[in-house]
Amino acid sequence: MAAFGARAAGSLPGRNASPGFRFTLCALICVGLMIVDQRGGWLDQVRYVLQAVAYPLQLVVNSPTTAWRILQDNFESREALQRANAILRNENRRLALRSFRQDALELENAQLRGLQRALPSLIDRWIAAEVISIELNSLRQRVLINRGTQNGVFRGQAVLDERGLVGQTTRVGPWSAEIILVTDPEHAVPVQIERNGLRTIAVGAGDALALPYLPANADVKQGDVLITSGLGGVFPQGYPVAKVVKVQRDAIQPLAQVLAQPLAQLERDREIMLVWFKDTHPAAPAPAVGEPKGGAQSLQSQPAQSKEVPEITRLGVPKAGPEPPIINPAATRPAAGSDDNTPPPKNRTPEIE
Amino acid sequence: MSALAEYEREPRGRMIFTALVGLTLQALTLPYWLAVIRPQFLVLVVLFWSVNAPRAGGLTLGLVAGLALDVFQGSVLGQHGLALALITYVAVREHQRIRSKPLLQQSLLVAVALALYEFVAFAIDGWTGHPITNPLRWVHVLTGAIIWPLVPLVLARR
Repeated sequence: MAAFGARAAGSLPGRNASPGFRFTLCALICVGLMIVDQRGGWLDQVRYVLQAVAYPLQLVVNSPTTAWRILQDNFESREALQRANAILRNENRRLALRSFRQDALELENAQLRGLQRALPSLIDRWIAAEVISIELNSLRQRVLINRGTQNGVFRGQAVLDERGLVGQTTRVGPWSAEIILVTDPEHAVPVQIERNGLRTIAVGAGDALALPYLPANADVKQGDVLITSGLGGVFPQGYPVAKVVKVQRDAIQPLAQVLAQPLAQLERDREIMLVWFKDTHPAAPAPAVGEPKGGAQSLQSQPAQSKEVPEITRLGVPKAGPEPPIINPAATRPAAGSDDNTPPPKNRTPEIE
Repeated sequence: MSALAEYEREPRGRMIFTALVGLTLQALTLPYWLAVIRPQFLVLVVLFWSVNAPRAGGLTLGLVAGLALDVFQGSVLGQHGLALALITYVAVREHQRIRSKPLLQQSLLVAVALALYEFVAFAIDGWTGHPITNPLRWVHVLTGAIIWPLVPLVLARR
């Protein structure tokens, strides 16, 4: 083995080992790697290191884009900057006006819930991260960001932009992390329709989201806004996800075909936000069973978490029809009803497994 | 001693450099449709070197490049490694026969190799539970074969 290794990597034309033998060895290495990587998280530390090694190269690949951006930023005209500034100031005023009543509303909400004082805010802290322009895989909707465990990022963390939900982190390296976007075919997010509280699951469909589990007679129409339902253990309740753009009801199909466009600007985002939520808040994501959730996860705790945080991927999408909990009329509570004092279920719900 | 001489003529530095360029091209972000039809540059580069410099590159290059792809694309470690090692092995074995064919016939063989590569990756995707059944994943087989006649022009020493 050692001799082979020396020859494979070394500087002499090793003609002694037959190519067939060398290929078999390579194949065995790869198959072994795959099995170890797929099972147990033994390779997580190796991957962590590899992600760190790949990061400089990824930065190099990204450098033309970065250079272009810096050039653009530097040579932006005074008028353009002033225009942008005016827009931002307007936006700021709009947001301020919207949030003036926030405190009063929160207090009122607390009184309705029979609490003594308003709940603390849901968001514990957040950091901005920059998207690194790296093509991970054109058929998978993933992006790389420039924050990792060094910034306290953990696996299965919610990612937002200023318009809505972006996705969640999957692989976290020391300085970089991979985000799976809500539009990835392997991603599913439990949502509810804002208008009537109807709960369902939004599955990624490439450049949009599909709602594959809504019965044909479900109350959904074009223009409905989907918000997170708080189930699933990753996203808290009430964050905007997508807007329904197409509803197709076929007489012969038991299910409605619904497509929704994500509200977050997934294609154009340069900066996104990584958010930590307060576990104690009623709208916080239901924690995975027996798993503490929090920031600053050490590297060692990643493997365990990777199994527990429901990577809400492929919830039996192809074979399963409408799942009972979803078409259950009890789930179609009006929006007001969903705001009562029952916190989101703390257990993992059947449709998330 | 002729083997050694030939070995030393084979451009290692150039090989590593072009492989890095291939990886870079494969990682550049492009608009969706361009990204779909983008050939797998790194795979083409590795194929070229396995045919034209089988001793210097060969399996080691294939394996390392494949693992680099795995790290970059976030797939199961070893997926692209295995796929690329397989077609590199075939290419190295048959390099004299492939080299002597005209470019158009080479293109056909490259298409077969790329299809084999994609099939292995596809099968492993399925086994590991992340299937991409989107037929667009096979497009790069065609575009790779189409672009192949240009690869020697760019990579060959003049």
